[in-house]
Amino acid sequence: VIAFLIQTLRIAVPYLFAAAGGIVSERSGIIALTLEGFMLTGAFCAALGSYYSGSPWVGILAGMAGGLLAGLLHALATIRYRADQVVVGIAMNLLAVGVTRFFLRLAFDSSSNSPRVPGFGGTRAGSGVLSSLANPLVWLGLVTMVVIGWLLYRTPFGLRVRAAGEKPEAALSVGVPVRRIRWQAVAVSGVCAALAGSYLALDQHQFTDGMTAGRGFIALAAVIFGKWDPKRVTIACLLFAAAETMQIRLQSLQLVPSQFVEMIPYVLTIVALAGVVGRAVQPAALGKAVD
Amino acid sequence: VRTHIEESILPPLVALVIAAVVGDVLIIIFGQSPGDVYRQLLEGTWGNAYGFGQVIYKATTLTFTGLAVALGIRAGLFNIGAESQLASGGFLAALAGLAMPAGTPAIIAIVVCLLAAALGGGVVGAVPGVLKARFGASEVIVTIMLNFVVLALLNYIVAAHIHVPETLHTPQMHVGAVPRLAVVSSMFSGSAANMTFLLALAAAAGVWWYLFRTRPGYELRAVGLQPDAAEYGGVGVGRVWATTMALSGLLAGLGGVNYVLGYKHYYEEGFGTGSGFLGIAVALVGRNHPVGVVIAALLFATLSQGGLAVNALVPKQMVDVLTAVVIIAVATAVPEVRRALAAARRSSGIGNRESGIEGSRGRSDSPFPIPDSRP
Repeated sequence: VIAFLIQTLRIAVPYLFAAAGGIVSERSGIIALTLEGFMLTGAFCAALGSYYSGSPWVGILAGMAGGLLAGLLHALATIRYRADQVVVGIAMNLLAVGVTRFFLRLAFDSSSNSPRVPGFGGTRAGSGVLSSLANPLVWLGLVTMVVIGWLLYRTPFGLRVRAAGEKPEAALSVGVPVRRIRWQAVAVSGVCAALAGSYLALDQHQFTDGMTAGRGFIALAAVIFGKWDPKRVTIACLLFAAAETMQIRLQSLQLVPSQFVEMIPYVLTIVALAGVVGRAVQPAALGKAVD
Repeated sequence: VRTHIEESILPPLVALVIAAVVGDVLIIIFGQSPGDVYRQLLEGTWGNAYGFGQVIYKATTLTFTGLAVALGIRAGLFNIGAESQLASGGFLAALAGLAMPAGTPAIIAIVVCLLAAALGGGVVGAVPGVLKARFGASEVIVTIMLNFVVLALLNYIVAAHIHVPETLHTPQMHVGAVPRLAVVSSMFSGSAANMTFLLALAAAAGVWWYLFRTRPGYELRAVGLQPDAAEYGGVGVGRVWATTMALSGLLAGLGGVNYVLGYKHYYEEGFGTGSGFLGIAVALVGRNHPVGVVIAALLFATLSQGGLAVNALVPKQMVDVLTAVVIIAVATAVPEVRRALAAARRSSGIGNRESGIEGSRGRSDSPFPIPDSRP
């Protein structure tokens, strides 16, 4: 049972990081389609930083810097230039795939993966309880969601973020700098999602092409399924991770085809959007540009 | 009318210039000369029969997905599900080709396969349309999520039931193959380009006719411009959303025919990966007009094939980067150009009420607009 919980936690960590970023971004009114791209950028930068410095801590910093940069680019296009958020969001994901592949060839002369880099915990195969608990990012992942919840509901910044996402005109009229708040929110989401990517890279001790494998979209699904509320989103992340763990553990029994387990987060999100069990209502000004 | 054309043409041109600059930088980072790379890119695509044929082949699929996305945007809908609609269209076409006995006349077999592809894409497209019409569910999120669901489902069916051992594809179809273009002309020899390209052109013409010459097309554009006003004017907005998404999916589904009927004659896991997302780029650069879509499809097909041609000099992934840069640049330049032109109009003392609705989503930018009333 403990092994099951630990494995669930390990799988949930990237979802928690990315979903935390997704909540902030979406609550400020910027659609978080870019989580996948931010994660991939973060993973690559973390591997790069860790490889050249020899320290996974520098890797984390590099990953965060990469995510921040990607976030700022997204903010520049969608907030400063009011470009369509969905279009730019999709393009940011393509850009992350292309850029990481390009620089993978440039830096490591490989089209599939980086060499082994310093990371956290023991070997990849050894899923020992202690080794995964020794990874500081696991703890940071749990803390991040709590911090985001506190930030959103207990600080002036959070109030302004929520105002920017619900009623930007009203917020503007009382002097809230909506566009600046959105810049900050997207920057935060870039850094958070990049931490998710850094975790993947440093946990596996290498960067592999496309290693995020749709996790950014699962995080987005968790954000929607959890109705943009940090507590519920946390539960959604853990739920999705538990389903995956079950699938991995039961693989040998062949009870349920793995493809059906893969579908769970997505089907649940569609069901939630259709309002069959408790309608998911998005922030009112999500996706709307502000002058 | 001139400003409309400027509004349509300028953003893609600006974007191409930006992409070329970014491309130069990447090539120089990699220690190559931009001139050499671009020359190689052109020679490897339009310079020989195989390259040219491959461009046509890739443009065929992209025309379908680009039309699918463009049709949606005209109605104010974002179809990000072309990826899975394409796959499911191709899958059903392959199944139809397997189900029919070997002696079926080609004409019947091909028509049945096309109908199957249209059905496969249309059903997958209709789901988000109906969910939006009925429950107001965001079609952006639903189509993204459906991509994962449908692809996982298809992978399961193929892996569990009908794959050829040791591969990820179904057996060869008995009937329904579409002839290659190389049969007709040596212009395409050796390439995968096939008759589906003509179908793609016909589809573009059909979309143009539907959008600009029929009543449902007029309603579709009205909903895209102002859903509330359209509703007030007696248009069933929900119905238009559902039909448009189904038609959009249908177009994307037909795109699957290019690979399945025209090239390999079987369905293979992941055969159209990326074409759906590229369709968004194609629609955007083609400014959601069927003619623009065909041109943009040729452009992106050239980039995609060109990436392979220059792979010896620079990583072919450079092309992915350039594609993304083009999309971001066009998306960014559209509102900017619109504002700049509006400002220019204002400063020249000509009032135009259209400048008041800048930023409203899905605005029509047809090169065939209603004549405006300025002096």
